[in-house]
Amino acid sequence: MKDALLSIENLNKTYISGLIRVKETHAAKNVTFNIGHGEVVSLVGESGSGKSTVANIILRLFPPTSGSVLLSGKDVNELPKKKYYKQVQGIFQDPYSSYNYFYKVDHVLNQAISKSLSWVNMAEKKKVISKVLDVVGLDPKETLGRFPHQLSGGQLQRILIARCLLFRPRLLIADEPTSMIDACARAEILNLLLKLKEQSRISLLFITHDIGQAQYISDRVFVMSKGEIVESGDTNEVFLNPTEDYTKNLLNSVPSIYRKWS
Amino acid sequence: MLEEENNTILKVEHLAGYYRGSFGVVHAVDDVSFTVNTGDIVAIAGESGCGKSSLAELLTGVPISLLHYEAGQVYIRDTTMYVPKPTPKLKKSQIKLRRKLETQGIKISPNDERFEPKLDRSKRKEWKKVSKKRRDYIRKEILCKEIGYVPQASQDSLNPVKRIKNFILDVMDQRLGGHLKEKKDKNNPESMNVEENPLDRVIEHFSTIGLDETVLNKYPHELSGGMKQRTVIGISTLWNPNLLIVDEPTSALDVTTQKLLLETFIDLKKSGILETILIISHDIPTLYQICDKAIIMYAGKIVETGTMDEIINDPLHPYTMGLVHSIASFNPDGSAETKLLGIPGRPPNLRDPPIGCRFYPRCPKRLPKCKENYPPDFYPKGEKRPVTCWLYE
Repeated sequence: MKDALLSIENLNKTYISGLIRVKETHAAKNVTFNIGHGEVVSLVGESGSGKSTVANIILRLFPPTSGSVLLSGKDVNELPKKKYYKQVQGIFQDPYSSYNYFYKVDHVLNQAISKSLSWVNMAEKKKVISKVLDVVGLDPKETLGRFPHQLSGGQLQRILIARCLLFRPRLLIADEPTSMIDACARAEILNLLLKLKEQSRISLLFITHDIGQAQYISDRVFVMSKGEIVESGDTNEVFLNPTEDYTKNLLNSVPSIYRKWS
Repeated sequence: MLEEENNTILKVEHLAGYYRGSFGVVHAVDDVSFTVNTGDIVAIAGESGCGKSSLAELLTGVPISLLHYEAGQVYIRDTTMYVPKPTPKLKKSQIKLRRKLETQGIKISPNDERFEPKLDRSKRKEWKKVSKKRRDYIRKEILCKEIGYVPQASQDSLNPVKRIKNFILDVMDQRLGGHLKEKKDKNNPESMNVEENPLDRVIEHFSTIGLDETVLNKYPHELSGGMKQRTVIGISTLWNPNLLIVDEPTSALDVTTQKLLLETFIDLKKSGILETILIISHDIPTLYQICDKAIIMYAGKIVETGTMDEIINDPLHPYTMGLVHSIASFNPDGSAETKLLGIPGRPPNLRDPPIGCRFYPRCPKRLPKCKENYPPDFYPKGEKRPVTCWLYE
């Protein structure tokens, strides 16, 4: 696809462990997919299927063994990191560990804005921060000046999303952003991500093990198992008429409030 | 009437418990009452921090060291699990001081520490002594034999340097009061009662819950998470308890292993080893698959009770409605088009809980009276469906 925002081609990642008896683990095998502009794509799989490996490679936290990641047709590894992170940002599973508990939550936002808008003055920066907090549905007066332990997991995660928005990214990588958050706050985070997609046309790679969330949020789905993408396609197509045995098995064992097993 | 009473296996009356630390007193479980009948699979659900796990700890009779029993009673069939605390009385000097202040016309606030009734030291000592005796009795006779308890993250509690079979032998030895490992002594008649090979029973028991014999010869690190969880459940049901309490059994598992585990529970119930199961979880779709009844907790109190179908399809309490509408559940028949609704805000601080309804600050349907008065149980849909909300007055 020419107009894809991010395309991944034949991505491989092999972890090698052991000194004498070398053991190889294939975390990603020939992973190929692309993400369009303003599209929400989900990567679904059980634990150990290599979802997070793909996310970390896209975020350039470690290099792939082979294969390439292209952002608007350019190889990612040739872009300087400073430029790259202005276009691609990530949020992670554990919002609690993303904060330094000795600093106020402002610290995270101030550090980010000093990188993204270094030329404007302090008053402008504050304005931008409160604007971004408004977007994610937080009251700047109640949030700024607090310490991380005074806020709930959902609020902390939303501040991290606000931090990403400071860079005006084109692609957001969300690696299990809701798995450590309570069900009530989880719905709000999902709705926020959908709102970002509609209003700012941010593309989203949503990585999850929860089929229900993937069904709710995404346009397209990739099902991963043991490092390979076993099935891909439109959300409804994959989840309503799965063709692969693995997907059928997975969908059958998902607990749902719309049906009972027995 | 008599038959009905015999049917009740667990009865909880006005149970309350608290944590005490340098941070103050947190009333984690506050005035909780419910009953569980034989043969039911009951779910206790709620947000994290609502007191589900603390309630489970209190039900076992021997809560963890930081959690203290405050008031109420737990009945397992006819056994009472706690010795009720004697009611504290005002001291003579306190009454005198109070009268003095009142004659001077000084107003006394109800929270004044000087007029808090306190227990006599001797009475408190006596109560502690008696309740310690009761705890020892419960550890020996009730736990494992009457109720099995599988705490949260118990799959990590297997001994990492022992094979599973040696670990089980240790547990059995402890349960049998140290008779298992004793060499057979002709002079000691009790040591003769020990079975020839105690592991035979374990193998038989494990096969009913679908675990292989080879598991016994393995170390915990060789087993997967789901296998470990099933092993732990197997161990805690070895003595065929009447009631099993499981705390978050599926939270660290994949969906496919999760299904296997839930089938284990169904197998246990079908084979007659277990009759009644109490499952504590925040994952409502999972609970919906196997539970008959559900109890919804919020901020240390029970807000609604009913059958699982009623809770999901026809919730009464505003909190339950919010909880059910915020689940992003997989819909096998079509795309989930209904928009999810979250509950804004966060649960109240239980260090000093609000006087009125605890859901008041987050409630979309609040009434003015909710702020001041905690609602009693109302029964808008029959006797088996209590809900604590002023909407149904």
